[in-house]
Amino acid sequence: MSAVADRLYRNRRIKNGIALVLSALSAAFGLFWLVWILWTTLLHGIAAMKPSLFTQMTPPPGADGGIANALFGSLLMSALAILIGTPIGIAAGTYLAEFAKKKAIGETIRFVNDILLSAPSIVLGLFVYTLVVRTTGHFSGFAGALALALIVLPVVVRTTDEMLQLVPSTMREAALSLGVPQWKVTVQVLYRSALPGIMTGVLLALARISGETAPLLFTALNNQYWTSDLTAPMASMPVVIFQYAMSPYESWQSLAWAGAFVVTLFVLLIGILSRAILLRTKVTHD
Amino acid sequence: MTDAHCSIASGAVPSAAVAATASLRPKMAARNLDFFYNDFQALKNINFNIAEKRVTALIGPSGCGKSTLLRVFNRIYLIYPKQEAKGEVLLDGENILDPRFPLNRLRSKVGMVFQKPVPFPMSIYDNIAYGIRHYEKLPKSEMDARVEQALIQGALWGEVKDKLKQSALGLSGGQQQRLCIARAIALKPDVLLLDEPTSALDPLATGKIEQLISELKKEFTIAIVTHNMQQAARVSDWTGFFWLNEQRSGILAEFGETQQMFTSPRDRRTEDYITGRFG
Repeated sequence: MSAVADRLYRNRRIKNGIALVLSALSAAFGLFWLVWILWTTLLHGIAAMKPSLFTQMTPPPGADGGIANALFGSLLMSALAILIGTPIGIAAGTYLAEFAKKKAIGETIRFVNDILLSAPSIVLGLFVYTLVVRTTGHFSGFAGALALALIVLPVVVRTTDEMLQLVPSTMREAALSLGVPQWKVTVQVLYRSALPGIMTGVLLALARISGETAPLLFTALNNQYWTSDLTAPMASMPVVIFQYAMSPYESWQSLAWAGAFVVTLFVLLIGILSRAILLRTKVTHD
Repeated sequence: MTDAHCSIASGAVPSAAVAATASLRPKMAARNLDFFYNDFQALKNINFNIAEKRVTALIGPSGCGKSTLLRVFNRIYLIYPKQEAKGEVLLDGENILDPRFPLNRLRSKVGMVFQKPVPFPMSIYDNIAYGIRHYEKLPKSEMDARVEQALIQGALWGEVKDKLKQSALGLSGGQQQRLCIARAIALKPDVLLLDEPTSALDPLATGKIEQLISELKKEFTIAIVTHNMQQAARVSDWTGFFWLNEQRSGILAEFGETQQMFTSPRDRRTEDYITGRFG
């Protein structure tokens, strides 16, 4: 008996070893490219770093310049997109999780939202192009923000919906059994419980739109000058990176590297921030 | 008191259970109560009284509708679609199943504590004050007094008085459950419904809750669902024994004074159940 058991145990250890090696290799394979991309960005990005990046406008070919206008445009449009997308997304997610549970309408909206979630961003850009740019007759920062908001919206709807569904139903029952009406329970108790998750969702949406190029090409276009006028075309990081990286001019390419580095850093910071939010709540709330 | 004790064959003699507690003032009462999940009948023809300022224990095997019954008493079942109660549930003689009976009045009169402690994700103080704020606008000093009073009644004040501003989620399971009880009694209800309040707690915390229940019945009418026979015997004055009929609907098989039920039950099933024999 024990000989059989020993053999079984040995076989199992061999299989375990093989599986371990295979999964480690897969992980290394995936990480290799990621590290390569980050390393290259870091190398070229840091080399291109200089204070004038943040003070000067995007230059014409050959001249010296920075990416101040593009940074500002990106921040402005992203902020506006979050401002538009978040309240609507939270409201819609709340409706799905709290008021349309197991109803056909809820399931339908959830399904459509999932489609929107995975819709190619260029389609959203074209949609806003037709809706806003064609009707107003010109590209604008507002159109860009709207296109980005359409990317934010489904992400926030989904996370709000899921985070509220994660709140145990006993929490609802306990609050409702105090005689408090449902909307108050949702806003005052359930949101508190789901807030870290929802905030993480909003941050991830922000990370996603800060790198989106396609929807901005058709909407905000680009602008060589500093502008805070949302009705005018507006520069943005991804579009500037796209345009400058494709150009034959070395000074433009170097600016593109710097821009890529700044955007990557921004996304990294958001990632760390959302991690911190989730971690902190885990420590105190469990 | 033998005549105050009765047994019902498949709920055929509903009035007997009612008669058992007739001598005491009934705070709440079920009259010909049926309950349905979709088309499934979970409770059939339930009739009994919950005596004022007494503890009534509801016992019986899992799935026979005890918790369902408790959830009818403050209409919390309403939040789920396709659940329906028929018949009457009286609170001081008024039918609370009548849709015209205001829900927030009902729930301020009939508080509920659940199986698993569910503190709200806010401070200990706010957990108690939350419900009160919904009904009353109190100045800070009065609110402080109300919160203190509720925590004292919930036998938690001594342990938390120095950390009222801390998150309630940091309390132990037993403390959380006493917080939930304090939260319910902060609204000054008449009736407390306890749905297996100690099933998630260790014996020490359970002992504290049981002690608390004996304390609370001086002021509140209490109905408790429990799977712990000793607990039912220890804390309750009246006991209702639930069983399943052939259609798997819950029925009230026997209702009577706890002492009597546990020493000389009339119904064979009750006897088998409380002695741990099934057959």
